[in-house]
Parts: sequence; C-alpha cells; structure tokens
Amino acid sequence: MTIPVIRLRGVTKSYGSGEGAFHALRGVDLEVTAGSFVAVMGPSGSGKSTLMNILGCLDVPTGGSFLFKDVAIERLSKDERAILRRRHLGFVFQGFNLLARTTAIENVELPLIYRRDEHHRRRAAAAAALDRVGLSDWAQHTPAELSGGQQQRVAIARAIVTAPAVLLADEPTGNLDSQRSTEIMTLLTELNQASGITILMVTHEPDMAAYAQMTVYVRDGLIDRIERADGTGSTAC
Amino acid sequence: MLSVSVLLATRAIRRHLLRSFLTVLGIVVGVAAVITIVTIGRGATVKIVQQVSELGANLLIVEPGRTRTGGDENPPPFQLLDVEAIRSQIRGIRAVSAQVRTSAIVVRNGVNRNTSIDGVTDDYLTAQNWTLSNGRRFTAEDEDAGKTVCLIGAEIRRSFFRDEEPLGKPLKVQDMICEVVGVLTARGQSGFGDDRDSTIILPLRAVQRTLTGTREVQTIIVAIDPTYSTANLKASLISLLRERRRLAGGALDNFSITDTKQIIDAVASVTRVMTALLGAVAAVSLLVGGIGIMNVMLVSVTERTREIGIRMAIGAVAQDVLLQFLVEATLLACLGSLIGIALALIGSLILAPILSIPFVFDPVINLASFLFSALIGIVFGYFPARRAATLNPIEALRHE
Ligand SMILES: Nc1ncnc2c1ncn2[C@@H]1O[C@H](COP(=O)(O)OP(=O)(O)OP(=O)(O)O)[C@@H](O)[C@H]1O
Ligand SMILES: [Mg+2]
Repeated sequence: MTIPVIRLRGVTKSYGSGEGAFHALRGVDLEVTAGSFVAVMGPSGSGKSTLMNILGCLDVPTGGSFLFKDVAIERLSKDERAILRRRHLGFVFQGFNLLARTTAIENVELPLIYRRDEHHRRRAAAAAALDRVGLSDWAQHTPAELSGGQQQRVAIARAIVTAPAVLLADEPTGNLDSQRSTEIMTLLTELNQASGITILMVTHEPDMAAYAQMTVYVRDGLIDRIERADGTGSTAC
Repeated sequence: MLSVSVLLATRAIRRHLLRSFLTVLGIVVGVAAVITIVTIGRGATVKIVQQVSELGANLLIVEPGRTRTGGDENPPPFQLLDVEAIRSQIRGIRAVSAQVRTSAIVVRNGVNRNTSIDGVTDDYLTAQNWTLSNGRRFTAEDEDAGKTVCLIGAEIRRSFFRDEEPLGKPLKVQDMICEVVGVLTARGQSGFGDDRDSTIILPLRAVQRTLTGTREVQTIIVAIDPTYSTANLKASLISLLRERRRLAGGALDNFSITDTKQIIDAVASVTRVMTALLGAVAAVSLLVGGIGIMNVMLVSVTERTREIGIRMAIGAVAQDVLLQFLVEATLLACLGSLIGIALALIGSLILAPILSIPFVFDPVINLASFLFSALIGIVFGYFPARRAATLNPIEALRHE
C-alpha cells in the first residue's frame, strides 16, 4: 500500500532575491506514503525547518511543485492553506507553543473552534484527545502548571484532535530530558501505528530517529540520502 | 461566525484582566464624565425651570423705566389707577396686582431682623399661585383702609414665633405695629437669590403710608389666563400703558415688561449650552480613550505575535484573527462604557443631593455613550486587528 500523501518535485526555497538571495532548499524530491513515520535529520542550517514549514503548508516553495493528497499547494491562497492545515495537518513544535494562561482542554479544543465545531462535540473530542495522551486529569491546568513533557503531550493532543492525516513535529523532544523524550516517542509511535497518522519529525538525535521507519538526511538544502529501518538505503540526486 | 470571535475575545480578555482594564480606563473615565456632566446639567435645568415657574406660571412683570438705552431718564412711576385700568381694559388676565417692595427692621420679643416687606393688592397671591398654610387673606376693607395687618412667610414665622401660634399676634415693623392674619406656605429660594419665605406682606396702602411715604406703585404683576396668547396680551398692555403715559408715536417705551416664561427659556438655554460644552469636552476625552485602546492593542499584538502564529498554524484564517482582535477591542470598549455608566450613575446620585438638584436619568445620553464607545472600539481596534491578521505565520511563530 503505497499511496503518497506528500509528493515534492524539485522544491526550492530562497530567502531574499538577486545577489543576496539565500537558497535554503535547492531542489528537493520526496514522496511520503500515507501511514509512514519519517525522521528528518541533518546539520543545523541545512534546511530541515524550512522543509517542514513547506510540508506543513505554512510556507510556499519558491520553485518546484508540492502535491498534498493531489492538491497543488503552490496554487492555494493563504486562507486556503489555513483551511487545509486545520483539516489535515497537526503541528508539534520544539517549544510546545501552547497558549499561556489557558487550560489544557482549551488549548486542545482551539483547532476545533476554528473549524466551527459545535461546543459539545469539540469538548468531547478535546477530552478524548487529552485522554489519548494520558492527561485526562490535567484538563483544567494551565501550561505553567504542567511539566515540559506534559506540555508537549498537550501539544500532541492539540495536533491530533482534528484527526489529521499528517502530523509534523519539528524537534518535538528538543526541550526534554531523555526519559520524557522516550515517552513522547512512544506516544508518537503509538499514534502512527494505531491511528495510521503519517508522522514527519525533525530530530537531531539518532535515538529518536530510530523510532521512524525511514530517515531523510538533509544537507545544504538537498536530500543527501534516505535510510529505511529495514536496512534498504537510497541516495537522492 | 462572530460567536467564535466573541468566544476567543472573551477568553483573551479574561486571561489578561488587569491589562484589559487599563486598556479601557480612558473609555471608563470618558463615559463617566460625559454622562455625569449631562445628568447633572439636566438636573440643574429642571431645578431652575421649577424655581422660575414657582414665581407664577406665566407672569408679566411690568416696571417703569429700565428699558433699552435711550429711554426716559426719570420715568414716571405707576399709580394704582394704572392697575385698575389694566384690570378693566385688558382681556385675558387671570389676576393683576400692584407691588411695592422695601425693607424694614422687624422686632418681636427681642428678636430683631431686617426683612423684606411687600406691599400688595389682594390679587397678588392669586397671581403668584401662592396659598396660605394658616389664617386668611386681606379683606377689601383691610386694603381700602390700609390696615396694618400682615401675612408672614414660613421663615419669618420660624424666627419670630417658633412654636407659638402667630395668628392675631402683633409684629413691630419699623414704627408700626401690625397684626399677623395669615401664614404663607413655604416656597424656598426664588431662583433669583431672594428667600421668598423671609417676606412679610402688607396691604399696599399700609406700606405706602408708613414705609415708602408715596402713592407710587413700583411693579405691576399680571398673571395671564393660559388660554389667551401672551403676545397679544403683551401688545395690548403696551399700547394701553403708552396711552396712559402719553408717549408720542416715536418715543421709546419708558417701562419694561418681563415675561417669566422668557426668563425660564433663557436660563434653561444657558444651562443647556453649558451642558453641551462640558459634554463636548468630555466627549473629546472619550476619543482620547479610544486612542488609548489602540495603543494598548498595538502593544498587545506585538506581545502576542507568537500566539497569533500558533493560532494561524493550527488553522485560523486571516479573518479569524482580524475578527478576534476587533471583537476584543469592541468588547473592551463596551465593557469600559458599562463601567463608566455605572460610575456616572453612582457619581450623579451622590452629586445631585450635594448640589441640591434633582437626579434626572437620561436614557438617550446613556445609550448614545454606549454606542459611541462601541464605535470607538471598532474604529480604533481595526488598525491593530488588521496588523495581527496580516502577520506571516512562520515569522510570528519564530517571534520571541
Ligand atoms: N526567514 C528567513 N530569512 C532568511 N534566511 C532564513 C530564513 N529562515 C531560514 N533561513 C536560513 O535558511 C537556512 C535553513 O534554515 P532552517 O531553519 O531550515 O535550518 P534547520 O535545518 O532547521 O536548522 P536547525 O537544526 O538549527 O533548526 C538557515 O541558514 C537559515 O539561516
Ligand atoms: Mg530547525
């Protein structure tokens, strides 16, 4: 079963223009099949976050094409991309990015508010998502009252509450100690396997990348090589 | 659509209660000032109108001289005959009375006081709509004979008689002894600085004979039958008096007619203008309050850049963000104006008795202030909201 949910063809991203332009991505080809768990690794400044922002439809490529479920993203308007994000994508950030002074359950239901879900349905869905990440008892707590690992789990609950096709995580364990990191990775793996959510995760740690079925190595704005957990490797041009 | 923005905006306001309050402080103060000033102004107008109408609902006060420039230097006074002529020749008069006002030392049982004395003909009380709380009015006999009988004001009764029954008791007015035959109902300040309850009223003849020593009448008070036109009556009064005073065609009037209704209107309009001016100043402070909202909202957008980035990443479209901030500013302005209205209500209720004016609740100014504040919220909230909505999500997320 190899339906690609994401297809990148010669994707480039430049910051600035003319002489001073900086080419953060210089022609990336990538296919991600639905239900896979992909790790993205590479040195700092190699363009991992830039790639994730494009995959997350937060940003548009300067060149090339990006098909998300057969939709050409580069043709969408800013608002259409926002609507696509709230329908199909979930985000987990290194810095958790929860709303301060806002309870866990209110943070989690926020995407559903923007989707105009009705009050009872979104409360139920948010409670279910919190339950899924094991934080039912912490629903009424604000981020300041939660540990880093708990905050990241709230962020994951917020990302999955819309039942997204793809979850994008940029260094989700970057701010956590190894035990919390393992918990988060276990949770992500569980989500990937039980719910079939496609996960793309940037990480600097090989230990974390080991949870993925496939690791994409980025270097200087290009995909250097792709390694699969089953041992097969491939090198991109 | 809007319900989502209202929900998010109320949550944002609740998250930052102190900041929210400081944001709308200008609106609170502005609204409170506008409404208090207008409420107090309305109360003052009502009070003044009340006082002036107590003089007698619709009176013409006729006095010799005191016309515009160029009048007779020494205008002849009126005589009782003029009063009789007016009574018999002018139609539409409810009552007409002569009046002479002077003052005298009044003494009784060692109490000694300089008091205003009015010498009047009987219709005076009718013209003034003034009743007695006690005793009787002057009889025709009292008047014709110029008997030294008197009616006393409520305050005179208090200071000279205390708990004693004043009827039939003597009061020494200058050199004459006069007998109290009636007590006037209390009326309070006239609105022109004289205390009408500190007056002693005697028959005109008695005052002329013993106090002023002339047969002159200072003032003629004409009460108009409300079914007649004041203008017509005034015109016929003028022509009658000109004839009686033998004024040639081109000569200026050497008497003046003051219409109490004119006084009421004039005083009321002065108060209205004052209220409007002060209200306008306060309205400017409301506008400044609006600029305050804009300032804080702009700072708040910068401070919440990351939050806006998060909202956009998880699916807020530009309009969601725009509306959230716009609704937030508008809600804040409305809440601020509600607080202002409450403060104004409390302030006016406290101030009104201190200034001894009635509290007049004016729904129009309250509603107008509220709507104006909402408008200010929308207008001054739009620019910050627009700025928030056009943020780039990636840059916003990277913002520290
Ligand atoms: N908005 C921008 N304007 C200019 N240059 C940018 C911008 N965003 C990123 N870059 C540059 O693009 C390059 C790639 O950045 P990116 O954030 O994708 O790196 P990364 O692989 O995520 O690095 P790290 O591991 O440190 O997070 C960097 O050299 C960075 O300086
Ligand atoms: Mg990065």
